[in-house]
Amino acid sequence: MTLTLGLTSLCLAFVCAVYAAVAALLAAPHKAAWVDSARWQASARNAAMLTWPLLTIASLCLITLIVTGAFEVEYVSRVSSFAMPWYLKITALWGGQAGSLLFWSWLMSAFAAAAMLRRWERDRSLMPYVIAATMITLAFFLFLSLALENPFRRLWQDGVTGEIVEAVLPPANATVFVPPDGNGLNPLLRHPGMIIHPPLLYLGFVSFIIPYAFAIAALVTGRTDDEWIRTTRRWTLVGWLFLSLGLILGGRWAYDVLGWGGFWGWDPVENAALIPFLIGTAFLHSVVIQEKRGMFKKWNMLLIILTYSSIIWGTFLTRSGILSSVHAFARSAIGPYFFGFISLTFVTSMVLLSRRWDSLGSENELDSWFSREAAFLLNNLIFISLAFVTFLGSHFPIFTELVTGQKVAVGPPWFNQINGPLLLALVLLMGVGPMVAWHRATFKSLGRLTWIPAVLTLLALAVHYALGARTPITLLALAVITFSGLTTLAEFVRGVIARRRFGENVVTALLTLAARNRRRYGGYVIHLGVVVMAFGVVGAYFFQQETQATLARGETLSLGGFTMRYDSLADFPTDDRRQVTRATVTVFDADGDPVAELYPRRDFFVDSGQPMTIPGVRSTLTEDFYILLVGWEPIAANGATFKVYVNPLINLVWLGGLVFILGTLVAAWPDVEEARRYSAVATPVTAGAD
Amino acid sequence: MTQTIATSNTIPATSKNGRGKFLVGGALILAALVYLIVTATQSTAQYFYTVQELKDRGDAVVGKNIRVSGAVVGDSVQYNAETLELRFTVANMPGDQAEIDALGGLAVVLKNAVSDPNSARVNVIYIGVKPDLMKGEAQAIMDGRLDENGLFHADTLLMKCPTRYEDAPANQ
Repeated sequence: MTLTLGLTSLCLAFVCAVYAAVAALLAAPHKAAWVDSARWQASARNAAMLTWPLLTIASLCLITLIVTGAFEVEYVSRVSSFAMPWYLKITALWGGQAGSLLFWSWLMSAFAAAAMLRRWERDRSLMPYVIAATMITLAFFLFLSLALENPFRRLWQDGVTGEIVEAVLPPANATVFVPPDGNGLNPLLRHPGMIIHPPLLYLGFVSFIIPYAFAIAALVTGRTDDEWIRTTRRWTLVGWLFLSLGLILGGRWAYDVLGWGGFWGWDPVENAALIPFLIGTAFLHSVVIQEKRGMFKKWNMLLIILTYSSIIWGTFLTRSGILSSVHAFARSAIGPYFFGFISLTFVTSMVLLSRRWDSLGSENELDSWFSREAAFLLNNLIFISLAFVTFLGSHFPIFTELVTGQKVAVGPPWFNQINGPLLLALVLLMGVGPMVAWHRATFKSLGRLTWIPAVLTLLALAVHYALGARTPITLLALAVITFSGLTTLAEFVRGVIARRRFGENVVTALLTLAARNRRRYGGYVIHLGVVVMAFGVVGAYFFQQETQATLARGETLSLGGFTMRYDSLADFPTDDRRQVTRATVTVFDADGDPVAELYPRRDFFVDSGQPMTIPGVRSTLTEDFYILLVGWEPIAANGATFKVYVNPLINLVWLGGLVFILGTLVAAWPDVEEARRYSAVATPVTAGAD
Repeated sequence: MTQTIATSNTIPATSKNGRGKFLVGGALILAALVYLIVTATQSTAQYFYTVQELKDRGDAVVGKNIRVSGAVVGDSVQYNAETLELRFTVANMPGDQAEIDALGGLAVVLKNAVSDPNSARVNVIYIGVKPDLMKGEAQAIMDGRLDENGLFHADTLLMKCPTRYEDAPANQ
């Protein structure tokens, strides 16, 4: 019953999406007969909005099947088991390929419906194409869900051969096969960070589809003014917020669970989420120039098209199995379809863009290479370079095999060597850019704004040197980061001083400053977050120490001012079918005082046969002492092997992440005054266009 | 403010001059990017070889960053838990998944590789904890370098076992 309901809703949602796309396209060209067009439009909108409740039902049905343990459903037996707690059963909705496709479609339909509800009257002329673009994307995902990765597929046993097959509809002579228990969720995914990391990335991905749809609508209708950018500004920021959160949590998950002492490994799937983030960040910056100076219009169109394509590409990469990765889904037949869809949407978008090429001309010229506009341009070039390098590196084996026949791969050192300098240049630009005047800057004015931070940076360098930074590269990196942090802080100081003249105290001044100009000061807060994270990254990459040793009970191992003593080892099963091997370790500081007792452990998941290494971490703001239990002798013997890392400043990465998110919230927070101003301006424009 | 706008209106002269500057600037950025990519690729790129290819190329690949995979020869595994020194021998097997599938799957390929006395072999040394799956007829995927004596120094070692990975639904 539940299964039939879910399957039917899924089918209906697909029909609605296809109908909505067709109706929206039919509605559009008949501008002469307005009444008919309006009815088609209304019909398209209704169908499009209906996909959301239908997919909600489908998702709820799948969750019900998982929670009630309907193991005859192939997906349910694959991702869940009796022993799993209820909250993991719910998150199992996106724990496997088929479910996560359904979940993605559900989010996509929700966002599309929200966009249509909010903007219907205001952006009436763009709407048919917004519906078409979002619904074609949705229909594609639903097609995959129905035809290739159906989450409601059941297991059937053939009456004659006893063979077990998977099918949606009952095969001849077969009865439903109910396995006694399921496989259970992949142990690596049973981490709080992992439970919310995929939904956050998906939210980020689907939010970016809305600005893309509006951009396409603007290209088709020829309304290539700034309307689409203003309309979707908040969608872009929200999408960006979710992507950032998803990436940060993904890093935290890697640090806590993957057991390699780091948080970013340039893994193809990580990269697949990073690339849309990088292009989206370039887009966020360059729209400012279009709004302020009417420049970069073609570029912005190109960026949002690339963001969309890279999102679909990223979804494809994680699922096609063409690149090996720690979290690749199984090899699947959906690869070629994705490839076809990406090619189709990309080529169509580019054709539309080329048709409007002339109407997207710049209203202004770049006056000087030394201006805010040029700084934004450079920012964009660096972000695109980062995205390009990340893309190139992720596909290196494929490209080299195509070109030379010899597979060549590149790893983290390759990415670090190229992206490291680019990121540093970006941090420098982040500090200098906002100080550079619009139109045409002078060194005199820039010098006036930056000499104090520059002097302070020199003083700070002496401190860095005293604290142990010795190599030219680390000193350079630290100087750049310090300088950018100080110039950004100086912006706040200048703003507060200006407001203090009106007699406000420092706190009120800061708050009014941020409230009056959310996007600008939210942006600066984000920049400060980046600075804090950058310190953490420098600490983790340049100052990480690592060693490993096999210890007998009572023996010690020292690293980076800490000493650890291996005390004992316990081996026990748990209720949720794990076999846990847990070491007890005491950590001493440089003075020989005990500072922590840690329990690095290894969980062996009996059902899936997978081990998982959980570190014991003593965490302070200055550094993490991170211990992994990597091996042990049979219980009779006493030895156990540990891998130990000292990760200086790593907590600044997470702390900076929080500041970053806070800044994004400030920038994206609904601004009543702004909305009123905007609608006052926008209404006559829309009326005129109609 | 008014002054700046005035200058921006005198486009023709500055514009041409400006274009040139931007082209030079763009070319410089591009050159820097290409330089970074080329040098990084030269120093860190990793080549995928089979054991047979490793043998065929001989000295040409000594010192290069290499990824090689092979079938572990069961009785060659030696491990010293004190020094964490792991030594073993791997036999040649195809690197391509499609080829492995065509030959009857990973289990068959691994078995054949180990039992064929004529298959190319290479000795491996790895300093680190012995993986649980390190045993005969498992697939070892190693990143590292070949020395002049033909010994492969693995920096990372990943094990793949046919029974565990092919039968279990891999739905990470």
